[in-house]
Amino acid sequence: MSKGLFKISPGFEDVMPAEYKELVTNGPYGRDLGISDLGTFKELIEEHPLCAGCAEALALRLILASLPNPEDTVIVGSTGCSSLLFPQVAVQNIHSLFGNQNAVATGLKRALRLRFPDKVKDVAVIAGDGATVDIGLDMVMQSWFRRELITTIMLDNEVYANTGGQESGMSPQGAVLNMAPLGKKFPKVNLPEIAREAGCAYVATISPALPRRLGKVVRRAILVAREIGPSYVQIFCPCPTNFKWPSAQVLQKIRDRQKEGIFKVREYVSPEAEAYLARLEVVKQHDEEQ
Amino acid sequence: MTTQQVVAPEYLFFEAERERRFMTGSEAVREAIKRANVDMAISYPITPQSESMHLVGDIYAQGYLKEYFRGESEFAVMAAVAGAAMGGVRVFTATAGPGTLRAFEMFPTWAGARLPVVCAFLTRGINSPLTIQPDTIEMAFLLDTGILMFHAENAQDLYDMILKAFVVAEQTDVHIPVGVFADGFFVTHTREEVAVAPADLKLPPYNPYSAPVPVMDMENVPVRQMRDPFVMKSNFISYAAHASWQQEILAAQERARKHVRRYLGGLLDTEHPEAAVLVVAAGTAVSQGREAVAAARREGLDVGLVKLKSLRPFPREELRALARQARALIVPEFNRVGWLAREIKSVVEDTTKVIDAPRVFGGMTMPPDLILDQIRRCYA
Ligand code: SF4
Repeated sequence: MSKGLFKISPGFEDVMPAEYKELVTNGPYGRDLGISDLGTFKELIEEHPLCAGCAEALALRLILASLPNPEDTVIVGSTGCSSLLFPQVAVQNIHSLFGNQNAVATGLKRALRLRFPDKVKDVAVIAGDGATVDIGLDMVMQSWFRRELITTIMLDNEVYANTGGQESGMSPQGAVLNMAPLGKKFPKVNLPEIAREAGCAYVATISPALPRRLGKVVRRAILVAREIGPSYVQIFCPCPTNFKWPSAQVLQKIRDRQKEGIFKVREYVSPEAEAYLARLEVVKQHDEEQ
Repeated sequence: MTTQQVVAPEYLFFEAERERRFMTGSEAVREAIKRANVDMAISYPITPQSESMHLVGDIYAQGYLKEYFRGESEFAVMAAVAGAAMGGVRVFTATAGPGTLRAFEMFPTWAGARLPVVCAFLTRGINSPLTIQPDTIEMAFLLDTGILMFHAENAQDLYDMILKAFVVAEQTDVHIPVGVFADGFFVTHTREEVAVAPADLKLPPYNPYSAPVPVMDMENVPVRQMRDPFVMKSNFISYAAHASWQQEILAAQERARKHVRRYLGGLLDTEHPEAAVLVVAAGTAVSQGREAVAAARREGLDVGLVKLKSLRPFPREELRALARQARALIVPEFNRVGWLAREIKSVVEDTTKVIDAPRVFGGMTMPPDLILDQIRRCYA
């Protein structure tokens, strides 16, 4: 992207919305900012309509703050709560349908590689558990089989939240939810394992209760998808509204689940991805020393 | 691969000297794509389409396209095609019958997202029971998805319409998808003489910044936007935005009329349009209609033929004018529901003039005698 793109045309300064002007003067484009810089720059996300205390909203905010290359990143979403939040995001983004996000991202990534062969254009899918593990699993896995160079990020809120609280493949076993009147009959789908088997070069599970780690994971996932292979990040961000928790308790609930060992932070890095990330670290250190 | 030179669409369509070759409809698809300067094609097999996308793969291997792959299902292919078009490349795919229905949610999505995708629909019957036979019923489902629809009578039309579809689809004032339809087997698997432009000529490349909506490449403003209509619930703005957007897609179809007239030479063709009885058809039914009309005229009956080339936009005014002076319009169709007769009835002033027969389906061929019987009845 040309940074000049964000310059406001002379004479229009007065009529541009305040948050746009702030984005132009103080946005993160081209500045290599991260989660530890939050609060010092205009974030990519504007106010949004998600519920108070929504862990998914927090996760998305952290993801956006961790993008290594926001000025050249396109995100692909799917139907769900997160799709209500995408319109307020200051990177170009696509909401296509429900479950086809990885297929859309496949076409998009290949198109951008054709049009910009000498430029890094990151494509990241950010979708909920219903879109990723249920209706879209075929297309998600097939994109991994084909080794598409895209990052898939699942916002695991453990339920179909936006349609009113139906069980999803990621709901905990036994949870009584809409359309699971006697409790869900099978355990959470183990998508990280599937992702690894299906060919992802980088797989991680994380939660917004560990913001710095989340930032690092997202960054690594996107970098690996640039050159090595597909990557997958699963972000545990349960839905307070449908599980009927007070909004203020969500992060505590996540920490409790982590303590109980029900939610585990995990990371798998393929040997090639490991070597590639190490190489990038060396380059970065070298640059910093210069 | 032959080195290709970019020429103006007008030159490629109307002026370049053509070579006559004997080929199937599937091969005509390949020949069109060879000259269409397509960046990417995405395929999925389904009879009777499979051969055409296989042949497109062959010319990708020869270097005519930059990217080609097989997706995992028709829905996934149509989704990947959408992603590619949103990323700013010229993209092509083809499907048929059950594949069309499996992918269905994507067609209004393409139109709503203003994507100039060109897709060939090489039509086939819909299950159940299982069938691979020719049938045009899938077209009935697609009439109101917002895509433009051209119907080829033969391999020549298929070649011409695919090439022209890209040019119509990519006009800034149109910029919506075009489906080019041809009747499966009757066109795809039949060999006939087709006149094609030289293989060393191709269309100018697609300019993604001709789109009336932003390309998803982070190279153009705005970035704080939504490509698709708002979904905020119970919101007056949501309703107003979505309703006006739907109207805009219809308006884009209307604006396509002038381009269809220019490139396809009209939305319909006629033979003896002044006749008292007109056979009105689309696709291969036109060929049977032509046979029947010739036989009837040998018997001294005053009959003409109307070949519909564009179904969306529909030649509303043209048909209304023809129907005004005719005594009867006979509409032969290769499907059970008679969607074409329904369409015609929706535009003519006196619907009693429309004879919605003969109709064959499930893969049956249409003997021209069936059409001739209807013509004779008009004179009985
Ligand atoms: S329903 Fe749940 S997941 Fe959706 S916005 Fe509200 S809290 Fe977040």
